[in-house]
Amino acid sequence: MLGYALRRIAGIVPVLLILLTVSFFVIRLAPGGPFAAGRALPARTRAQLERLYGLNRPLLVQYAHYLRALAHGNLGPSYSMRDETVAGLIASGLPVSAALGLAALALAVLTGVPLGARAALRRDGPLDRSLAAFAALTLALPSFVTGPLLALVFGLWLRWLPVAGWQPDTPRDLILPAVTLALPLSASIARLMRASLLEVLGASYIRAARARGLGRARVLWRHALPPALVPVVSYLGPAATYLVTGSLVVETVFELPGTGRYLVQGALDRDYTLVMGMVLVYGTLTLLANLAADLLHAWLDPRVRHEPL
Amino acid sequence: MVLAAALIAVLALLALIGPATSPYSYSTLDWAHLSIPPGLTAEHWLGTDALGRDLYVRTVYGLRLSLIIGVLATAVSVLIGVAWGMLAGWVGGRLDAWMMRVVDVLYALPYLFIVLILAALFGRGNLVVLLLAIGAVGWLTLARVVRAQTLSLKRREFIEAARAAGLSGPQVLWRHVLPNLAGSIAVYATLMVPQMIVYESFLSFLGLGVEPPQASLGSLINAGARQMLTAPWLLLVPASVLIVLLLSFNILGDGLRDVLDATRR
Repeated sequence: MLGYALRRIAGIVPVLLILLTVSFFVIRLAPGGPFAAGRALPARTRAQLERLYGLNRPLLVQYAHYLRALAHGNLGPSYSMRDETVAGLIASGLPVSAALGLAALALAVLTGVPLGARAALRRDGPLDRSLAAFAALTLALPSFVTGPLLALVFGLWLRWLPVAGWQPDTPRDLILPAVTLALPLSASIARLMRASLLEVLGASYIRAARARGLGRARVLWRHALPPALVPVVSYLGPAATYLVTGSLVVETVFELPGTGRYLVQGALDRDYTLVMGMVLVYGTLTLLANLAADLLHAWLDPRVRHEPL
Repeated sequence: MVLAAALIAVLALLALIGPATSPYSYSTLDWAHLSIPPGLTAEHWLGTDALGRDLYVRTVYGLRLSLIIGVLATAVSVLIGVAWGMLAGWVGGRLDAWMMRVVDVLYALPYLFIVLILAALFGRGNLVVLLLAIGAVGWLTLARVVRAQTLSLKRREFIEAARAAGLSGPQVLWRHVLPNLAGSIAVYATLMVPQMIVYESFLSFLGLGVEPPQASLGSLINAGARQMLTAPWLLLVPASVLIVLLLSFNILGDGLRDVLDATRR
């Protein structure tokens, strides 16, 4: 198990390095620069600014400088927001984004697993049928459609919940965004849970357990549910990828002060260091979440550990 | 499934001839009718926005743009995915291992993230770049499917027979492998179209896609969401069209999969 974990952790570093390298050069390939686009700066000021940030030096030198600063944990200053560092901007937005992502994940797992299990136990029952329709609908719809529609119904018409925005310490602001983000995830988890529990229930060891005289509840909780959860656990990796990108969307829709807005704004402003910081943070998050899901999977299912990478 | 196909046909027809059935264009301003709800005036049966632009025309126009971009981006993705998958599956060995490793690495990255960065850097309002950016990330799943099927087809007797008859590699691929892949390609392409429409709509929603006064379903939904307190129809009309469009494509794709895709049976 430890060997497997170490091999997987070591696998992350090159992927991250490739991601950073490609982003670094692609961003600089784009037309315009941080001090060129849309700003009336005297040529001399611009030259001075570019010299200050080392932007007038050869690309490879800039790249080496960036990597060296990064190795010291320095993400650099933001080019578009004066007096802000990239690390500071990200640190101020990340708690909001993390709260949103974790709330949505919890919501999706806590609704998806029981719903899917229930649907499998009462196959073709009313819940099973409505689950199929619910899954088809929520999986087809992007969050930037469900988000405004939910806000319209629950925020403006019923007036139950705040429409958008964020005040510290008011979890009510988080409900609609988290639900919007969780809906498709909850549907996928329920579908997966239903299919895998149906498969497990058809297995011969379940019949054997019943034949030994074990009660229905005991068979379900001790023998059927744990193995049925394995596919759900391995789905948490893709789910994490979805959450990372999905939170970008939902933060925009509900105007939350998370880190999502820095990506698009940073890229538009050609704020090189800010975009690189976002790539680093979101790339690491995605990779780590996938890794955590895989490790959990390997822990539950020892066969995984022995597969060649 | 038949209903879904029919709905897509109707929406496509609407996108094709819809703009011509109204005297207005997507940018005509009607100062006499600002923010009119649907059904109130005969001239604008779906209402108007705050600038007096006809919502029916703008929605139909947005639908046209979304469909065009969705289909073209899918074509880009299918082209890359099929070529990549067939080459990897056919040649095999180290090339295959390397090409699939690339796919794995790209899989680990969040799509939308890449599209966003590319669109913000290069493609603001530039439809060709937008198309390439969306299309360039959609091919991964297809490449995997095509490779797996090419691998299994390669060992079949009729391929051996074709080789024995003296056909070259590319000829066998084109005449015997590709036709056998057509079913799965059709299924995945159908399921890819709504995905591409979502990507495009999302970019337009963020203001990275089409430039105003042009409209796509995404930019209309964005504009509608900003005014939903005073004019909810501006959100509801384009959102409903998008929902029907996406659902139809998904149902059609799932239906096609049941009929065509032998691997799923």
